[in-house]
Amino acid sequence: MAPTEAENPTSPTLTTVIGLEIHCELDTRTKMFCRCLNRFGDPPNTHTCPVCIGMPGALPVMNRQAVDMTIKAGLALNCQVPEFTKWDRKGYYYPDLPKNYQISQYDLPLAREGYLDVPLPGGRTSRIRVRRAHLEEDAGKNVHDLAAHTGVDLNRAGVPLLEIVSEPDIHSVEEVMGYSRSMRRLVRWLGISQANMQMGHMRFEPNISIWVGDGQRIFDESAGYFTPILEIKNLNSFRSLEKTVEWIIDYHRAQIIERGRDWSLEKVGKQNWGYRDDLECCEFQRGKEEAHDYRYFPDPDLAPVRVEAAWRDRIAAEIGELPIARKGRYLAQYQLSDKEADALTEDAPTGDLLDSAVKLGGPVRRVVNLMMGRMMAASNQKGSTLAQLGVSAEALAELAGMMEAGKLSASAADRVMEVLLAEGGKPLDIATRLGVLAVSDASAIEAWVDAAIAANAGPAEQVRTGDKKAKQAFGFLMGAVMKLSGGKAPPAAVKQLLEQKLSPK
Amino acid sequence: MASLRQLSALGLRKAIAAGEVSALEAAREYLGAIDELDGQLHCFNQVHRDRALERAGAIDRKRAAGEPLGPLGGLPLAIKDNICTAYGKTTCSSKILADFHSPYDATAVSRLEAAGAVVLGKTNLDEFAMGSSTENSGFAPTRNPWDVSRVPGGSSGGSAAAAAARLCAAALGSDTGGSIRQPASFCGVVGLKPTYGRVSRYGLVAYGSSLDQIGPIARNVGDAALLLSVIAGHDGSDSTSLDRPVPDYLAELDKPLKNLRVGLVSEFHSQSLWPEIRQAVDRCAEAFGAAGAAVTEVSLPHSRIDAGPDGILSSYAVACYYVVAMAEASSNLARYDGVHYGHRTAKPVKDIIELYCRSRAEGFGQEVKRRIMLGTYALSAGYYEAYYLKALKVRRLIKNDFDAAFAKCDVLLGPTTPETAFPLGAKTADPLTMYLSDVYTISANLAGLPGISVPAGLSRENLPIGVQLLSGAFNEPVLLRAARLLEVALGPAPAPPLAGSN
Repeated sequence: MAPTEAENPTSPTLTTVIGLEIHCELDTRTKMFCRCLNRFGDPPNTHTCPVCIGMPGALPVMNRQAVDMTIKAGLALNCQVPEFTKWDRKGYYYPDLPKNYQISQYDLPLAREGYLDVPLPGGRTSRIRVRRAHLEEDAGKNVHDLAAHTGVDLNRAGVPLLEIVSEPDIHSVEEVMGYSRSMRRLVRWLGISQANMQMGHMRFEPNISIWVGDGQRIFDESAGYFTPILEIKNLNSFRSLEKTVEWIIDYHRAQIIERGRDWSLEKVGKQNWGYRDDLECCEFQRGKEEAHDYRYFPDPDLAPVRVEAAWRDRIAAEIGELPIARKGRYLAQYQLSDKEADALTEDAPTGDLLDSAVKLGGPVRRVVNLMMGRMMAASNQKGSTLAQLGVSAEALAELAGMMEAGKLSASAADRVMEVLLAEGGKPLDIATRLGVLAVSDASAIEAWVDAAIAANAGPAEQVRTGDKKAKQAFGFLMGAVMKLSGGKAPPAAVKQLLEQKLSPK
Repeated sequence: MASLRQLSALGLRKAIAAGEVSALEAAREYLGAIDELDGQLHCFNQVHRDRALERAGAIDRKRAAGEPLGPLGGLPLAIKDNICTAYGKTTCSSKILADFHSPYDATAVSRLEAAGAVVLGKTNLDEFAMGSSTENSGFAPTRNPWDVSRVPGGSSGGSAAAAAARLCAAALGSDTGGSIRQPASFCGVVGLKPTYGRVSRYGLVAYGSSLDQIGPIARNVGDAALLLSVIAGHDGSDSTSLDRPVPDYLAELDKPLKNLRVGLVSEFHSQSLWPEIRQAVDRCAEAFGAAGAAVTEVSLPHSRIDAGPDGILSSYAVACYYVVAMAEASSNLARYDGVHYGHRTAKPVKDIIELYCRSRAEGFGQEVKRRIMLGTYALSAGYYEAYYLKALKVRRLIKNDFDAAFAKCDVLLGPTTPETAFPLGAKTADPLTMYLSDVYTISANLAGLPGISVPAGLSRENLPIGVQLLSGAFNEPVLLRAARLLEVALGPAPAPPLAGSN
């Protein structure tokens, strides 16, 4: 059951109870109900047509790709995908909603009753139930930074939007963040959303209440009561989500102390609050009296959707190994650290790159180090995933193999990777062209070793005598050999020769 | 050359194809008649004179070049002004769209023009197709060419009056509860509402989306069949249009009908029906019998019409229709808010809500406001089950009645309207009485079935009487052939005196 925290021995236990709605823009080619491109960042109102700007007489036609993606999300979230679903109109007036109704799904969503297992720090896992996942059209955007007017950009109007609604199973800031981050990983993994926060692909709406009473008996009215449910709309970053949840929990606690039972769901009802990014606080927007009546009814312009078993099965077959399972495998099979396993399961193609490189014979540790090192730095810089960098599994496996075989020093490998990232190619060709391939001629290596010992008599003596600085001196000599060889001496051979020549007398 | 306008659409098409008449001559002739008569009738909201002449000229050049003219080559047609055209305005006879220019053509309009039609202009209607007399037009009422003191019916009153007065060879209307058939009946022309899904609704400004259909209004059954053949068919832009083959309705028209089973709807044949209309229906039943059809009585219990002690009629179908249509309308018309297009208040406003309220208050007429309010109420939390959901259940029962009837019959016969054209102003004070004008036509929309109104003679007051035939879904070939049979039996429908006055 829910983790509870005792305030002090005399006051009742407070249990945070959070439900989260996540809106996620799907990465379809075209919009939900017309053929306009689904694209972010172009000049305002360049991806519009009579349908998505709500012209008189225009009619919607369903985008099947978006339905496929929603079914995929539903199945990955362990949901039921019913055979019969339909479209409904949700009525409300807002300038960025051209028809003044939104095509959505009311009582028969595409997916319902599933769950997501959320990994938490320390190896714990929380199962958060998913109430439903449905598909709808996004609204446009009001643009307030014009001189005398408010503008409306309708490029986003009609973009397919997946809404995932959790049960109120979330009990802490840590769980909210774990759940929302896991959800982002999942939709990226499934390839159904870019889930790019800067582009507004994901928005969060938490509703937050505190159960005052017996934490083992939440919802049992004889055992406690709920504070009002505060719902916060339209949070578009993990940071604002975290700040909001923290702020609202603190606010609830202060209200409980100040107003006691007057601050209860029964007396106050539900309220809508908004987050102020500039002030890092929340503000009251409206109470239950001003709640919208959306006047849902089935959209007569669209036929109900029948998801037959064959359709569902086809989508299920596309899903494959999910990120949590993949991460578990990386921990066990590849012996990765938690951090590495997380980073390499951020999206499916990145994990696939690792798996393919290993399958092609790349030594796991070397491949992982390459990916977590120079490649990770490059992906952070470009804002892309590791897989999008364009380094092939073949190149990765070859490069790791060359390091393992002593053909490349770490610094040489770094230089080869830089070329791979910039222009691609075969690691052996690049290393040859750069002249950084290790020299295998034993007499040449021995000459460099002898020269380094001769030029550094002091450190050599320290190694020979087993001085307390012997280890440091050995490293210094290794570096001197590498420097003399221009990085071409194979480190393993150098190490062996040095040890041999400087063995204690 | 008055005779040119006396030609049917089929006759004119033949004359143009044969080179006896040029498309330009035909267009000029009709435009001249509009100049002469439309000041009196107000069938047209706009006449696209230059464009019509240009298109007619293009047809003539095609003919000169020996190219095919298309099935409607050179026919001057009129389009109801709630069907979008990329030229001129699409106003829905509403002040809120008085200056609205659609960026695109409705699919039905594109199909007409691709078939060689010449569009003369856009015809008047009850605002947003809400009404039965065309008196709810936001501009001016249309008058009945048989008697200009009377209404032409509605909402496609402009199209029906224009077809009757020979101001076009034929016209498009739209029918949500009878808006093609009722004015066709009042004006003495043929009006066909196709099966729901037979004709694309793309570009028809929505009123009741689950009920609306575009259809032809023409002087005879053959002309209606010709137009239907052109506009019918699947459209990828309308999810509710059905992907079924389109028969050549015209070619099949004169095929003999063997073993036709005609059902006389007993609920529609009640004592409350005007005797003259009742007699017209009886004459049609006899004509079917004489042609070898089996005529039997059938029952549509949920389309029953009751007369209260005060003589006022009531009907499940009318009640059900007004809940469904108004609920859909309240949502469909939400977009007219003064933000993106259409009328926006010129008065200063303090916020967006006031902008919405003022723009809508100024732009919509009384009847539209009434329907938006009723529909909004019917969909509100706490009332949805009692109204909208209940209406959907009644709708299902009405459909079931038709299924049972069409297991026994091929077509159903009954009146189109409870009375003939009434004087302007006679019903404007009492919207409920006006709603009952659709009492016989509404069931077909609720059941999604095709229906046709055919002229069946004149009343003692010299006003047209229409009879209605209904058939099962997508059975338009039989429906049209049955209508054709009646037309042959009853003789050609007369033109109003006004149409022949030149």
